[in-house]
Amino acid sequence: MTDRVLIRVEHLVKHFGKLKVLNDISEEIHEGEVVSIIGPSGGGKSTFLRCLNLLEKPTSGKVFFDDVEITGKHVDIDKHRQKMGMVFQHFNVFPHLSVIDNITLAPVLEKKIPKDTAETKAMELLRQVGLQDKANEFPGKLSGGQKQRLAIVRALAMEPEVILFDEPTSALDPEMVKDVLDVMKSLASSGMTTVVVTHEMGFAREVSNRVLFMDGGVIAEKGTPEEIFGNPKNPRTVEFLSKVL
Amino acid sequence: MADIIKILEKYGMVFLQGLGGTLWISLITVIFGTFLGTLIALMKLSRIKFLQWIVDIYVEIIRGTPVLLQLYFFWIGLPRLLPMFELSDTECVVVALIFNASAYIAEVIRAGIQAVDPGQTEASKSLGMSDSHTMTRIILPQAIKNILPALCNEFISMIKQTSLASVFFVNELTTSFKIVQSATFLAIPPLIISGLIYLILNWSLSRLIGLLERRLHNND
Repeated sequence: MTDRVLIRVEHLVKHFGKLKVLNDISEEIHEGEVVSIIGPSGGGKSTFLRCLNLLEKPTSGKVFFDDVEITGKHVDIDKHRQKMGMVFQHFNVFPHLSVIDNITLAPVLEKKIPKDTAETKAMELLRQVGLQDKANEFPGKLSGGQKQRLAIVRALAMEPEVILFDEPTSALDPEMVKDVLDVMKSLASSGMTTVVVTHEMGFAREVSNRVLFMDGGVIAEKGTPEEIFGNPKNPRTVEFLSKVL
Repeated sequence: MADIIKILEKYGMVFLQGLGGTLWISLITVIFGTFLGTLIALMKLSRIKFLQWIVDIYVEIIRGTPVLLQLYFFWIGLPRLLPMFELSDTECVVVALIFNASAYIAEVIRAGIQAVDPGQTEASKSLGMSDSHTMTRIILPQAIKNILPALCNEFISMIKQTSLASVFFVNELTTSFKIVQSATFLAIPPLIISGLIYLILNWSLSRLIGLLERRLHNND
């Protein structure tokens, strides 16, 4: 972890109609940090994460990426999103493209990387997650765990500076969860800045540097995993942890 | 039965020409209707309220009035509006059919695009792909699978709809029936011949669509 602030959020508010989902959140994510966001459903975790790359447009407040205000006008948000990878609960791999094309499409189109360079890189990444044999398959032939590993590789192929995980293991069969968590762990230990919304308390406790507990649209408590899991101060944190642990 | 064979011997060419006319009109209508329909669908899906509003009115008018009325409207109105082109009856009728088809095809395309999982757009945007690349590389290739079979069905209903052009004596299958009827004073046999041609045509087309659908699903 370095002193460089990669993502800064100031007074973030998000309403869906009358429903206040995020209520004045300010937070900083440093380079190299692994941050887990935990909390009950409906607490605003996923919405907060999706506001970081503006998949969700904040009602008010500011989001800075590398000191550029991406919520500002005249910002080429596509350029910034290229540096912020995202992995979704339901994988969202592209079913009409082969595994390798899933990975190379964005680098070739948006970063103008030559196709063969992109493919060499993609194969290298596929090897790291044990999917090298599937390069020419279509996603329909993959299991959930394999799809999610493909989705991670697809995000990594853009060489992002941070990767956002939105409940990456929630839609997986239990026996597939470990494969995906292993990939995430090795990614975290390689120094990749990572923000994870997760229900995997084991991952939050063992892998992250910092844990945010979100409830009712605010960060109700934050601290190191030892502080949050060992000695929670907020009664809502205590209650939540007593239910999930 | 004997009448049918006799008529076919003598007026077979008339029916063939009619079939040619029907196919030609349907094809032109579907091709241009698809172009126009795509444009309309994209207007509807754009974030510009004014465009959506225009499209809504357009689609409502076309779907809410009879085709025959629309044919009359273009047949009477178009030559007055554009006298310099000296449009023939056939051209006026084809233009009317194109506008009519565009509204229905626009709905087919809009529904096909909206049926693609929104997660696909999100994944594409999260990779930093531009709006146009997201549409052309991610959404449309998947929407095609929803759109193509429906578009072929539109082609079949187009073939049936062209029979209305016989009101204006445009060369097509129902007009062939009228020609033969007035030449032979026989009504039922030429009617059966025209009907059978429509039936064979549409039956084979719907079989083809079935094949196409299975093909598209195999690729999933």
